[in-house]
Amino acid sequence: MENAVALIKDKCKGCTTCIKQCPTEAIRVRRGMARILKERCIDCGLCIRVCPHHAKKAVYDSFERLKDFKYTVALPAPALYGQFHNLEDVNVILTGLLKLGFDRVYEVSKGAEMISELTRMELSDAPDGTLVVSSACPAAVRLICTRFPKLIGNLARHVAPMEIAAVHAREEAMAETGLRHEEIGVFFITPCPAKVTGIHAPEHLHQPVIDGALSMAEVYKKLLGVMDRENPLPLSQSGIVGVGWASTGGESAALLQDRYLAVDGIENIIAVLEDIEDGKIPRLKFLELNACNQGCVGGCLTVENPYVAKGRIRRLRKFMPVSRNQLNPEALKMEKFLSDKHFESAPVWQLAADRTLAMELYQKISTLTALLPGLDCSSCGTPSCRALAEDVALGFASEEDCIFRVRERMQYMTGTGDADEYLPPPFRKGQDE
Amino acid sequence: MEKIHLHYEVDGDNFMAAGEASCDMKRVLKQLGFDSETIRRASICMYEGEINMVIHADGGTADVYVETSRIEIVLTDSGPGIEDVSQAMQRGFSTATQSIRELGFGAGMGLPNMEQYSDWMDVSSEVGVGTTVTVRIALGETA
Repeated sequence: MENAVALIKDKCKGCTTCIKQCPTEAIRVRRGMARILKERCIDCGLCIRVCPHHAKKAVYDSFERLKDFKYTVALPAPALYGQFHNLEDVNVILTGLLKLGFDRVYEVSKGAEMISELTRMELSDAPDGTLVVSSACPAAVRLICTRFPKLIGNLARHVAPMEIAAVHAREEAMAETGLRHEEIGVFFITPCPAKVTGIHAPEHLHQPVIDGALSMAEVYKKLLGVMDRENPLPLSQSGIVGVGWASTGGESAALLQDRYLAVDGIENIIAVLEDIEDGKIPRLKFLELNACNQGCVGGCLTVENPYVAKGRIRRLRKFMPVSRNQLNPEALKMEKFLSDKHFESAPVWQLAADRTLAMELYQKISTLTALLPGLDCSSCGTPSCRALAEDVALGFASEEDCIFRVRERMQYMTGTGDADEYLPPPFRKGQDE
Repeated sequence: MEKIHLHYEVDGDNFMAAGEASCDMKRVLKQLGFDSETIRRASICMYEGEINMVIHADGGTADVYVETSRIEIVLTDSGPGIEDVSQAMQRGFSTATQSIRELGFGAGMGLPNMEQYSDWMDVSSEVGVGTTVTVRIALGETA
């Protein structure tokens, strides 16, 4: 699988900011440049946010792709609604999307209302003690698949709002135009890179159902030029429930029960998943996970501060009906809603498939970690001393990559002088003056 | 094959830190490729043990010995000791104070849970000297 986070080579200074902050230790600096270990990267986008040189970017599809199709549909994520000043009516945005050249608009919040109702039905049918973990945030899903395999079985088995929206939008367009499946292009307007990967290589579907992902920031800029606050078309088909999915807590609140946790931020998600694994949070029925701070409004392809965007959406929701989408269980074609592929465990943290070998490697790592300075300076290009020890044991790095180890060796080889002359300030042993 | 030894000091004054040993042990077990059910059982035993030592014994130590065939967790404290071990093993029995219960602990499920999630368990305790709880978990296949 290719990642949706990429390096802009001529901007990268090879500093250690991103490697130290990456929550999955998925970046190394080699030859003056950050390298992403793609099997570890979960596309959370944190490195894009923290890079002081703007050397990381999200990969997404170009507007040019629209030309490949006879008919195009825009699927705006509800986070888009929080990006604009003084907006009272989401129809202004939706009408603007038609002016940009899309033939049709289908709100992802409409799909979200269907998924909310489906989840409510699933929860009420589930035996007591069942925990359902939302699978809507692809970065959180990949975190679970790589680090919390025990919880894979708890992931919701239905598709994400954007996917059910895409399926319905395409069906409607085909029925109306008579065009074939492949003549219609369905494009998601994404707040984050994780959804880009989720669209092109979904973890839970054999075939992608969305043709491309457009950057919310890019769409925002184009919309500013065409949006007209007078006379918008009545296009919106969702309400408080669906639009609420834009920020943390919205997905959970739609379930109308209180045994849920709504968590955002990768570090917070990791802490909560650890607790769940230890049995520390009993009687939980639903777990909402959003990799970004404040939820999708905090995605790194948005333009507005997530708190401001969340506040705007709160104001917009005041004028909306609760929900505009009801599922008729009889008419509901369940197969459309269910994923057709199981989430797969990807144990990227496992040292070796063979346990004896893994134990030997672990012993090596422990021994070496104890010999390293423990400063976690990252001068070696790995996130921490322990990570360097792991890389050395696995053959990806050398002990001599540690600048302090090299200094010690220099002292040993010259055999003269005070050790302090060779050691950087944190390690000098002489008395303070 | 030399067994892997992990050693943790469990701070008796810090409820927030309870669970740190469990967390670190899980990280190691995942690196070693144990199946997730085994890891879950070990981490529940470790977490319950940590909490027990924080609540009743003002802390203690946790030692984990990982072999290819089993995981052994030894929790040692020099707390007040357990007067009647068989009573302490009953579900719902607890000597925790009201203030501890108000924090959501002291449900009397610590030792019973450790017994339920382990394959072998031993509690040896002397009043006024301390308690050592040992649990063993037989290993599943590599995940």
